[in-house]
Amino acid sequence: MSITTKDVEHVANLARLELTDSEKEQFTEQLNAILKYAEKLNGLDTDGVEPTSHVLPIMNVMRADDNRPSLPIEKVLLNAPDDEDGQFKVPAVLE
Amino acid sequence: MSEPNKYETVIGLEVHVELHTKSKIFCGCSTAFGAPPNTHTCPVCLGHPGVLPVLNRQAVEYAMKAAMALNCQIADISKFDRKNYFYPDSPKAYQISQYDQPIGEHGWIDIEVNGETKRIGITRLHLEEDAGKLTHVEGGYASLVDFNRVGTPLVEIVSEPDIRTPEEAKAYLEKLKAIMQYCDVSDVKMEEGSLRCDANISLRPYGQKEFGTRAELKNMNSFRGVQRGLEYEQFRQAEILDSGGEVVQETRRYDDAAGKSFPMRGKEEAHDYRYFPDPDLVRLHISEAWKESVRATIPELPDARKARYTAEYGLPSYDAEVITSSKKLADFFEESLSYTKDAKAVSNWIMGDLLGYLNSNGLELTDVKITGQGLGEMIGLLEKGTISGKIAKTVFKAMLETGKLPKQIVEEQGLVQISDEGAIAAIVNQIVEANPQSVEDYRAGKEKAIGFLVGQIMKETKGKANPALVNKLLLERLK
Repeated sequence: MSITTKDVEHVANLARLELTDSEKEQFTEQLNAILKYAEKLNGLDTDGVEPTSHVLPIMNVMRADDNRPSLPIEKVLLNAPDDEDGQFKVPAVLE
Repeated sequence: MSEPNKYETVIGLEVHVELHTKSKIFCGCSTAFGAPPNTHTCPVCLGHPGVLPVLNRQAVEYAMKAAMALNCQIADISKFDRKNYFYPDSPKAYQISQYDQPIGEHGWIDIEVNGETKRIGITRLHLEEDAGKLTHVEGGYASLVDFNRVGTPLVEIVSEPDIRTPEEAKAYLEKLKAIMQYCDVSDVKMEEGSLRCDANISLRPYGQKEFGTRAELKNMNSFRGVQRGLEYEQFRQAEILDSGGEVVQETRRYDDAAGKSFPMRGKEEAHDYRYFPDPDLVRLHISEAWKESVRATIPELPDARKARYTAEYGLPSYDAEVITSSKKLADFFEESLSYTKDAKAVSNWIMGDLLGYLNSNGLELTDVKITGQGLGEMIGLLEKGTISGKIAKTVFKAMLETGKLPKQIVEEQGLVQISDEGAIAAIVNQIVEANPQSVEDYRAGKEKAIGFLVGQIMKETKGKANPALVNKLLLERLK
């Protein structure tokens, strides 16, 4: 499997990154190198091995359905790029 | 216009149901509806760096309960995954959802359309977190985000493409809503967004095995809206196919006021969510013992109640379906039966006067004050002849408005039926003497004249005279 410039453009678009042509070339090369390295894993025989999603031998970590205090609104809005009427104000999103 | 029955419609529904836990799925913020914007938020649900989500046990148990009520198989091992997308309603830029190991799979529910029962498959039910709410500033230069809803636990219920008509889609939603209500896992109020529905719809010529190209329909705000939206989409796609065109696979927004759907712009059309297991949340192991303890909390569901009402009380299937479609209504029905044995009478009052009043005034059962006890006792008074059918209507209306019990209403308003023969005979006498012309007409063979006399007697007694006695005594007097 190898990555093309098109794949890089697609992933960049999903991540909302704007790349120059030379960056696209650079990342195509680097991503291919990473994939090639990871491809070594294909050499292993994984028949009968369960896919691993988590490495911790822990399951069922849960909490009771209790309320805890929320943040005061002033603190909530500290990270807002802009705000209005207690809400985060962002560039218009069209449906 | 396309000729009818040329194409077969194929519909699958995705329904999101908000679980009514007190706190959010991964943090302790309140899930209460209607708080001032962003006052139910904290570093976890705002997606601040370095925070750790901790799963709400109640949300898992509600999801298990819902899945079981939909006849799903419950997973032994379940996990959470990140669904990645950029949109201002999601502060983390991913939604915690479930990809390949949902809580429940392979379920079904039965729906009834035009007197026929049909089974609709449920592909899966998974647990996830809700997103925030966006409003668009007038003039369209900015959008405002309220994150209160972020992290409210949701179950997404995906149906198989087993639905064939918009009417079936509506019946499916009504049944799903009833089941969620009976299970008491959600408020299921579409107007507050605690139940939301998206639809996939495609057309294919009859006999063709492959599905046609589908459109995804969003923004339907009521069950009727879903039905209307699907009817419009059916028509739109048939026109395209008739003219030799091709349906475009896209997401469309239904505008109920305009009665049309429009392609949605902007939102990432390429559905490339790059799911991967959420490393912050460990897996769930759902033991048999845990499953059984949750299963034990599932009450009698609508289908079982309906079967019981037809078998035990002899209700017509349609009446039983309507009464069990809402848990509150079914509970009301059963409460009435603690005060009268006449189930059919209770059902008739519910189907006629009660639902008629609620529907014509756009009300819910909880908006009126009448109790099951009130209706049951009123039917008892009717049976005993204490009140007439006409008076019962007055009593019923008073119960709707005041919630008082029928005995009190009858006493306060002096509505007791007059069944004293002597008293009625005196009034009959009085009316007969005051209306010689009608008496003559009747004796001359005009049967209708008797109706006028009865009317006068009822008027004189303010409707309280026992109608059977009035008829009997009047006929005797006129002989």
